[in-house]
Amino acid sequence: MRTALFLLLLLAIAAVPGSLVPQRSSDPNGVTKYFSENPQLAPVLDKLQAFDVYTSVWFSAIYLLLFASLIGCIIPRTTHHFRAMGAKPPRTPARLERMAGFQARILPAALRSAAPDPILTARDVLKANRYRVALYQDARSTSVSAERGYLRETGNLVFHIALLGVLLAIGVGGGFGYTGQKIVVEGQSFVNSLPSYNSFNPGRFFSDASLAPFSIAVNKLDVQYETKNRDAIGTPLDYTAHVTTTGPGDANSGTTIKVNEPLAIGGTNVYLLGNGYAPTITVKDPAGKVVFSDSVPFIPQADPNLTSLGFVKVPDGLKEQVGMIGFFYPTVTASQTGQGALASKFPGLDDPVLSLNVYAGDLGVDDGVPQSVYSLNTDTLEQLAGPPTKTKALELKPGQTVKLPNGLGTISLDGVKRFATLEVHHDPAQGWVLLFAILILGGLLTSLFVPRRRIWVKAVENQDGSLTVEYAGLARGDDPNLLSAVTAVADQHSGAIAGSPKT
Amino acid sequence: MTETLAQLSTVFLYAAMGLYAAAFIAFALDLARRGARATAVEAAVVPSAVARRAEVAAPVGAATTTVIGEPPREAPPGPSSALGRLSSRISTRVEEDLLNDSENSASLRWAFALTIIGFGFHVVADVLRGIAAARVPWANMWEFSMTGTLVIIGVFLAANLKWQIKYLGTFVLGLVLVLQGIALLRYYVPVVPLQPALQSYWLVIHIIVAVLGTAFFALGFALSGLQLLQYRRERQVAESRPQQFAFLTTLPSSVALENLAYRINIVGFIAWTFTLIAGAIWAEKAWGRYWGWDTKEVWTFIIWVIYAGYIHARATRGWRGSRSAWLAIIGFAAVLFNFGIVNVFFHGLHAYSGL
Repeated sequence: MRTALFLLLLLAIAAVPGSLVPQRSSDPNGVTKYFSENPQLAPVLDKLQAFDVYTSVWFSAIYLLLFASLIGCIIPRTTHHFRAMGAKPPRTPARLERMAGFQARILPAALRSAAPDPILTARDVLKANRYRVALYQDARSTSVSAERGYLRETGNLVFHIALLGVLLAIGVGGGFGYTGQKIVVEGQSFVNSLPSYNSFNPGRFFSDASLAPFSIAVNKLDVQYETKNRDAIGTPLDYTAHVTTTGPGDANSGTTIKVNEPLAIGGTNVYLLGNGYAPTITVKDPAGKVVFSDSVPFIPQADPNLTSLGFVKVPDGLKEQVGMIGFFYPTVTASQTGQGALASKFPGLDDPVLSLNVYAGDLGVDDGVPQSVYSLNTDTLEQLAGPPTKTKALELKPGQTVKLPNGLGTISLDGVKRFATLEVHHDPAQGWVLLFAILILGGLLTSLFVPRRRIWVKAVENQDGSLTVEYAGLARGDDPNLLSAVTAVADQHSGAIAGSPKT
Repeated sequence: MTETLAQLSTVFLYAAMGLYAAAFIAFALDLARRGARATAVEAAVVPSAVARRAEVAAPVGAATTTVIGEPPREAPPGPSSALGRLSSRISTRVEEDLLNDSENSASLRWAFALTIIGFGFHVVADVLRGIAAARVPWANMWEFSMTGTLVIIGVFLAANLKWQIKYLGTFVLGLVLVLQGIALLRYYVPVVPLQPALQSYWLVIHIIVAVLGTAFFALGFALSGLQLLQYRRERQVAESRPQQFAFLTTLPSSVALENLAYRINIVGFIAWTFTLIAGAIWAEKAWGRYWGWDTKEVWTFIIWVIYAGYIHARATRGWRGSRSAWLAIIGFAAVLFNFGIVNVFFHGLHAYSGL
């Protein structure tokens, strides 16, 4: 017990650092930011696995030791408990007056002949109170030894075994499951296969075969923002993705995905975790030939009004490779910082503006190294438009077309769609975790609230022919009601002997 | 309409706080009176401590025996010697007098009545806020503070139906007033609609059980604190050293306080376990995973582990008594930290403080 207590307290302390320092698992951007803000300290902390506390060697060591000590505790206790459940309650102590709640009552000789056998009656009374009973006899007395509340220990064992079960199920789920994110623009669809994910985190034992064959087409994404309540203008009220799914084995069917209502498909859950705007951009060469046309997802920055950042890359068709870094403002306004900078004042599409800085040169896409579409390396590019150059950044409203600098061609903003960030999560052991969690709660309730107690009733012969009936109890574990339980048994028993109605 | 109701809710809350403040003073007066009376009694009945000990040690003999078939007699307990019986009778009478008197002292009765009336105003404030927002009134820190303190008072009042723990009033009312004061200064936000992640029936279940758990932990914390003071006093008595906090003589022994604290803390622990599980189920629906070591999840886990440690400590040799009481106190400190600090200053997904 002392070991368990020590490890529990150690576990509590060890969990603290993970809340003070950003964690790679839950806040990867925070980790990057921490590294740039604390270039000296961060590598040291990283060596100590402070950014991966909950998978770190030291944290794992503590909880594995805790569970080892738990196993070492529950195995002997389980066998002992099984034996105790098969065994008779132990022999009545010789001196009951030392036990809790002791009381003695006298059955006068006059009443004895008419009264039923006191010990058999005691056995029946205790049995009726769901005690397990055994009769004992010695030279001077006969007695009943009774015990109840075996469920307390059962619940306690169930609780601890279920804790192990949760740990195992989490391990299995993490090993065989996977998580992936995919950005899907309205009108496009997503097929559940490895290449289509934007990011993918497989478990250690993941295989491609566990990707259920389904596809999801996002037809429309409805977003509502608060417009009336002056204290909450722009607060999102609802996100609903209207999708068409083609599941394993089913025909197409239309449904929705909402924030608290994920879509269950093929043993997998699909969540709507984010959304944003995808301006539809067309680039033409000076002759008017379309060289690029796509809806490009712009990622919302840390702004409730959805100022978003995106990258447009035109590798072919123009006389130079062209890259653009753009900001999208759903409802444009002049920025507080001034100098002609823009900002967004509402997350809805009231007055959208797309602003683009233009670069030309080598995009670095030709040497075959895969590149993220959500970044642009400007080292090998020359900036043509946007600060700090003298040429202003390009500004476009939907339907507008402007010329690219240096006579490269034209660019137009045809319209603005929305995109949904879908998260696909497969955890084959999730149901088991829930089952064990329920067992934890049930085990806890019974182990803390079912009292385990022994009660003894002993009849001692007196010389004058009367009988002294002794009652006493013993609490096994916390039992605040033991004394009243002994008294209640004594009252019931003496009532039954005297023939008066049971109390 | 919403704004008017929300303002009205705040007005009722102010009224409740005024009543609570008055109740707090009355509870504190009661403690002071207990202290004064206890000192007087101790001065009057010097041998009582010895006599009392003798009384407890005296074996319960044939005097308590009931005869089956006859109506039960009043059991006349007590030591056999005439002197012992006399002094014990005096001490019993004085003790009873003291206990009865303080249970029914005017200030205590006033304090309790004021708390109940304040609770009524508090309920109205909470309900009005709920009507104003057209949802459960615990979706941001202001509303959580208002409902949380309401439940703390409610659990305190309800617990008094089962146990005589009115002496905790000074602490409970003091805590509630401090929490409400902080909430008024720092956490007030106007009624705003729920963001999509919070639009779930789990908001009702997960939070209300967390509030309940917090309320039980608060009472357990108060009892564990008193237990430590009482234990210190008992040691001082045993070593015949001077004692402080005379009111403690009118409260239960440190063992009785410890047992009561344990029973209240385990209710809190069960509520906390449920909160953790319900939170995981909700997180799975809203965020796509049931557990992700979000800062709030981390601290909820830490609190759970501390109280698990507390329960184990009670069954560990050398940890019963004061050491386990310290664990309960650390546990409640972590609960307050989780609410007051983690919500506001830590980065995480539980970003619902509305601040």
